[in-house]
Amino acid sequence: MSLDFGPAVGLSCRECGTRYPLGPSFACLECFGPLEAAYSFGTVTRADIESGPANIWRYRSLLPVPVDVASKPNMNPGWTKLVKAGNLGRALGLKNLYVKDDSGNPTHSFKDRVVAIAVEAARNFGFHTLSCSSTGNLAGAVTAAAARAGLEACVFIPANLEAAKIAMARVFGGKLIGIDGTYDEVNRFCSELIGDPLGDKWGFVNVNLRPYYAEGSKTLAYEIAEQLGWRLPEQIVIPIASGSQLTKIDKGFRELVQLGLVEDTPYKIFGAQAAGCSPVSTAYKAGHDVVQPVKPDTIAKSLAIGNPADGPYVLDIARRTGGAVEDVTDAEIVAAIKLLASTEGVFAETAGGVTVGVLKKLAESGRLDPEAETVVLNTGDGLKTLDAISDDAQPTAVIRPSLDAFRATV
Amino acid sequence: MSVSVRIPTILRTYTGGNAEVSGEGATLRDVLAKLDSDYPGIGARILDESGKIRRFVNVYVGEEDVRFADGLDTPAPEGTQISIIPAVAGG
Repeated sequence: MSLDFGPAVGLSCRECGTRYPLGPSFACLECFGPLEAAYSFGTVTRADIESGPANIWRYRSLLPVPVDVASKPNMNPGWTKLVKAGNLGRALGLKNLYVKDDSGNPTHSFKDRVVAIAVEAARNFGFHTLSCSSTGNLAGAVTAAAARAGLEACVFIPANLEAAKIAMARVFGGKLIGIDGTYDEVNRFCSELIGDPLGDKWGFVNVNLRPYYAEGSKTLAYEIAEQLGWRLPEQIVIPIASGSQLTKIDKGFRELVQLGLVEDTPYKIFGAQAAGCSPVSTAYKAGHDVVQPVKPDTIAKSLAIGNPADGPYVLDIARRTGGAVEDVTDAEIVAAIKLLASTEGVFAETAGGVTVGVLKKLAESGRLDPEAETVVLNTGDGLKTLDAISDDAQPTAVIRPSLDAFRATV
Repeated sequence: MSVSVRIPTILRTYTGGNAEVSGEGATLRDVLAKLDSDYPGIGARILDESGKIRRFVNVYVGEEDVRFADGLDTPAPEGTQISIIPAVAGG
């Protein structure tokens, strides 16, 4: 089999640095640490990137994908809007605020970015089935991408997910298996399935394809920097589920500096969790560098990972950059969804409510510089988590169709 | 107590390719010690230099992540299934 992963030349252990050849491997044989893609980048210029397509493939020379990736059937996510959020900024006392709105991706969440890379890895390794453990968004991204790429799909979710996420994961075809358990239990099941002959030709996007898949999150960093005029933001607030997205955005920023595409300016990374599932925030506040798993209980189901694999790295990054990790209650999540929607016209899913809620908390407690260029991420569409706000989003009034009745209500 | 231990792919070089082996011990600590004597070297892959479970390894006794139980002192009753899983997955 001839592998073509573009600039990626191998895998390397994040813990002990042991190098491995490119393959569907995800854990270090020496220390169990996570493997990640290692690169030998050529010369990459802003002009090369700017002449590329208006999707993540404009950054193909920085990703583990073949050079002709854009010519193959894929969902082509990315290049989502960076919204200048003047109204929300005024409400929070932040003078230079942007919302990176990833609800504009093909299946309405940032997961399309990571899955697009995983599809290429699955093709490279000759897998016939695309699979994942998911809190919902990833399941939809996988079944859609598999449909478009001509692969089989079989995805696993906790059975009690939001109805819209279940529908989105099923409508694209493939198998959708609900498991009576938490996400962490679904994840454990998938990890065991990989070691079984049953899962032999399966690409689990977030397990055995994880070193490739996770690199898709770097495109958020690249896009934000390019959309700001090739500049790193000074402050960024990112939600934490497994913590992978946050660690890869940091990696993306550092690569841009390393390649001379942006100036080496300081940036602070802030992580956001729901209080009902806040193992990383708890460890951060306690000054720990290990993350004690928890059993989640929050409306922010897409962030309900009690045992976040990249948690320790999130702690390292928040501390190294001078950021922080904070959490908000379910009531604060709902209030933040409404605040973002009513100020900027962006309807976020509960995870976006967590992130904007944490942004608000950080701003109010003076931990954000009000003058600094600040980016907050919305990673998914509010239509997927309608239940969370439907009680609070009823008609203002129901009246007879008469001017008198309306006059009486206004 | 006799238990079964599920071995992840990356440790099967120690168990001659077996995905599941039988083990013995009153607690997880005892089971891992016996496992290491049966398959020399495997213990050091699961436990770090200070004898703690490595930070990127999840161990389950039955359905329970041992970090929610008593860690290495978690009892291993007769017939229990123990699973050792790399902790690198996740959304």
